[in-house]
Formats: sequence, C-alpha cells, structure tokens
Amino acid sequence: MSGAGRIERIAGSRAGVAMVTLALILLPFVLTQVGTSWVRILNFALLYVLLALGLNIVVGFAGLLDLGYIAFYAVGAYVYALLAGPQFGLHLPFWIILPIGALVAALFGVLLGAPTLKLRGDYIAMVTLGFGEIIRIFLNNLSQPFNLTNGPQGLARLDPLRLGEFDFSTRQEIAGFDFSGPMKTYYLLVLVAIAIIVITLRLQNSRIGRAWEAVREDETAARAMGINTTRIKLLAFAMGASFGGVAGGIFSSIQGFISPESFVLHESIIVVAMVVLGGMGNIPGVVLGALLLSFAPEVLRWTVTPVQEALFGRMLIEPEVIRILLYGFALVLIMHFRPAGLLPSAVRKRELEATRA
Amino acid sequence: MTPLLRAEAVSKSFGGVRALHKVSFTIAAGEIYGLIGPNGAGKTTLFNVLTGLYRLDAGRFSFDSAPLEGLAPDKVAARGIARTFQNIRLFANLSALENVMIGRHLRTRAGVFGAMLRTRATRAEEAAIEGRALELLDYVGIRARANDRAGSLPYGDQRRLEIARALATEPKLLALDEPAAGMNPTEAEVLKRLIARIRADGMTVLLIEHNMRLVMNLCDRVLVLDYGERIAEGAPAAVQRDARVIEAYLGVAPEDHAQAGTRDAA
Repeated sequence: MSGAGRIERIAGSRAGVAMVTLALILLPFVLTQVGTSWVRILNFALLYVLLALGLNIVVGFAGLLDLGYIAFYAVGAYVYALLAGPQFGLHLPFWIILPIGALVAALFGVLLGAPTLKLRGDYIAMVTLGFGEIIRIFLNNLSQPFNLTNGPQGLARLDPLRLGEFDFSTRQEIAGFDFSGPMKTYYLLVLVAIAIIVITLRLQNSRIGRAWEAVREDETAARAMGINTTRIKLLAFAMGASFGGVAGGIFSSIQGFISPESFVLHESIIVVAMVVLGGMGNIPGVVLGALLLSFAPEVLRWTVTPVQEALFGRMLIEPEVIRILLYGFALVLIMHFRPAGLLPSAVRKRELEATRA
Repeated sequence: MTPLLRAEAVSKSFGGVRALHKVSFTIAAGEIYGLIGPNGAGKTTLFNVLTGLYRLDAGRFSFDSAPLEGLAPDKVAARGIARTFQNIRLFANLSALENVMIGRHLRTRAGVFGAMLRTRATRAEEAAIEGRALELLDYVGIRARANDRAGSLPYGDQRRLEIARALATEPKLLALDEPAAGMNPTEAEVLKRLIARIRADGMTVLLIEHNMRLVMNLCDRVLVLDYGERIAEGAPAAVQRDARVIEAYLGVAPEDHAQAGTRDAA
C-alpha cells in the first residue's frame, strides 16, 4: 500500500521481470522439444488463468460465491461463433468481436447478478449455479423455433484466430525461427493474460477495489459508509463476466468448433477450485492455482497408466476417474493445511492469524 | 433557525413490539444531542430508522430542510449522516488505514476505467484519499496503528477508528452509538475530549450513551426514551431530576405503585 514499498519492490525485481519475460518467450520452444501437444495444453491453461482471474474478482474481491461462472465463458464463445462463422455468414474480425463478447458477457453478468443482490453467502452460490445451468440448457435448445445456437451439435467451421493479415492458426517462419500456430497463439494469450493481470491489480488497489473489499467484509457497514452496494456488486459481476467473455472468444477462435458440452457445471467448479486452491483474492495465487489444476490432468494422463501397469500389471482405474478423486483430495488437503490457499492474500492471512490467535 | 434534523412522530414496530412510538425531536446545527434510556428503550432502533437500515412505519425525518425517510443507507450517508455501531462494525481484516480510506468512497469519484487506466486524475485522487485518511487517523489519535489489522486494535482504538471512518464521509451529523461502551474511565475521558473537539470543529453530534458522566458533561440537550416513547427532553441537569426519568431508570417507587398501570397506557 505504501509508496516506498512499491518502488522498492519494482526496483528490486527489475532483474526478476527480465528473467520472467525471457522464460515466457522461451517456454514454447522448450515445450515443443518435449512434444508439440504441450504448447496447446499450455494455451488451454492460459485460458483457465483468464477465467480464474475473472472469477477472482467476483469471489475473491467482492466475496460473492459464483458457481455458474462458466456461463460467461459460454457467452463469449458463442458471440465469437455467431459473428465469425457460417451460422449467419458473418465474418467480423477478431479484434472487433472480442470487445463485443466482453460487453455481452458483462451484460449477462449484470442480468444474472441482479437476482442475487438481496442474497448472502451460500444462497448466492445456489442461484448462480442454477443460472449457469440455464445458460447451458438454452444453448442446447435454441435451435428452435429459430436456429440460433444449432443445439447440441454446436457450431463448427469458425474463423481461425486472425489479427489483420496475421494468422495464428498456421505454421510460419519469422526471423529464421519456426513458429507453429499454437506457439503464436501462446504469445497472444500471454499478452492478454498480462493485460488482465495488470487491470486486476489496478482495480484491487483502487477506490472500486476497496469498495468490493468493504462489501465482502461487512455489507451493512459498507452501506452505512455510503457505498451503493447494489451497484458495486453488479460491477463485480460485470467485470468478472467480461474477462470470461474474452476467454470464451479466444477459446472459440482456437478451437474452431464449440458446443454446449464445453460449458458444463463441472467447468464452473474447476474454476472455483483454481481460485480457492491458489488463494482467493491474491492474483499470483489465482494464476498458480489455474496453472496447477489445468496441468494436473495432463500430467496424470501420462503417469497414471504406466504407474498402474507397473504396480498391478494392468490399468485398474481410468485417468479421468482418478483426476476427480485427486482434485477432491487436493482440495481437502488444502482446506486442512492451507485454508487460505497456496499463496494467500495478505487480508486472508491476517484473517486466519486472527482466528487462530 | 431551522434545525439540522427534525423527527416528527416517528414510529417503528417489530411484530407486536412497539420499538418507537411517535417520537419527535429536533437537533440544532452545532449541538451535541444525547439520546438515553434504559436497555431496549429504542435508541438503536431510532439510529437504524434514521440511517435507513430500517423502514419507518409512520412519521417523518427532515434533514437539512429536505425529507430523509425512505432513503437507502448509502443515500442517507450521501446526504450527510454518518454513524458508528453499538457492536463495532469495522472491516476487521483490513488495515486501519484502509477502513478510513473506504470512508472516503462517498466523496471521491474514480470509476473502473479510471482505475484500469490509472489516469493522472485517479492517481491524484488516490494520494488525496490516503492523505486525508492519515489525517483523520491522526485526528482521532491512532495514526501509529495505521497499518495494523483493524480487528487487532484495542477496543478503545477500534471505537475511535470507527469515528475516523465515519468522519471520512464528511458528514453534517455524526451519530455515535454508545462510543464509550466497554471503555475504562481513562479511555472514556479521551473519547470525551475527542467528541468535544469534533463539535468545536463545527460538527453536529447525536450521541447514544450509557455512560452518564459523559452524557451529562458533553450534551447540550438530552432526549430520554423508555419503551419506545419520549419521556423527557431538555438540559442534562433538568432531565436528571425528572421524575419519569428516575422512574424509568430506577423502577417504580413503592408509593407510586398505584400509578404504575397508567404509565404504559400513556
């Protein structure tokens, strides 16, 4: 919070920033050596980082437990699919669709947030969970009477990710280096993630961020201090949803195909788990949680079968099943040993120290 | 002179319980106005209807020559009434400084885009918010605790932090709900001087308090409530001698037993 501390941190970490930048630039080259699919996996992990950062605004900052967050990802994805695909024959450029997707998602954030305004705590979770499902069911059924979403078949042959003449979907040689499509997409995603991290950090240390904290800590006191809690909560829903919308748009453009199946309740829960596991309200923690939980299934995919074959001579449990089991187990362990998350925010740390003392 | 706050026949019931019944009073600008009465007399209910936490059943408030009833709590705060709470409601896990900075919300403007772009205006405003918050912590005498977790402060400091947070909203009327509760005599004395200073700096104060020494020393006028009704009002010394007040606080004298029934009916 104090100016001196901030300057000290920046000066002290200039070398650190340079190293992180270099690592981020080199990472896809290294991963390509391991296996080309890893860059693609990394890209999906970055999409989850965007989602987790968005949800963190609602859950971590404003303290509103949203269990239907994936709906906004879906909204962003479908906005892209409808505006850059054969469904209506529209092919708007990516950089126009992305802000539209963010805006539409924000609007849905307000629409779905509004009915929860009078609710507190667990009741918000229940209502948002229901709304998340409603959106998915709508997407599944809006093929009649007027075919908007093409129902469960989903929307295919979407325009690939392109910025002007620059195509992110094809292999290309730049300055003597060979860049695959996923590698190029990776750099775009890193830039978007950094932009969102900067925005989130700035929001956190602002008048709006403090108002969110006030609502989370004590809504009645916040109102008595003149904070319009209705507006400030809707703002959290809208901001969080807009990040989800951006992530959804990018997801559509990378995949080239979307269907309601990608936006099930399970996905909402995974994003909540990322935020909680990493450390609610703390941005490095949330990023870490998102990366860990999105890489875990891939690591398991490569290890579970060989380990079981070595132990039992054959595979007894599918990696998919073990994944859910391990998620649950990891969350239980985290709640027991580090209830504020792997990298807790200063506020949560204070909170826990106070309750233990 | 028009009063700063005028309450006319204010009533509030919870089910069958009449928490407030046709209570009227006025507070002049610059006054310290005391509100006393036995437990359950309706003092905090009066605060809650005044600040918009509860809706009035009947009656009206006018503040600064405009009606006040029916406004949401944040609108009441915007009109210039700031309050503290009987059972302290700080943002316990935030620092003392952040608590007061949140109090500045109402009188500052930066929105989402200002924060995202960190414009020059936003940065200047942030610096002003922090500066004013530190001034207020200094004013109530807890600047040294600025970076401590609000919930970890000693009780008396928490009370004073709540006052600083309320002052940050730039109120015209500061409503204090039992600020001396749980304080030892030394702390209460410090608090007394703080309230006197707040008034000397031009603020009007509405004070609920059980600490009679504080009330009698500080208040210009006192309103006494009992069972939700106004039973006396006036200068502290006069109120102290009022038979109905003595009766409300000490119970009914044996020779008055015959009249006891008429009291509730009145």
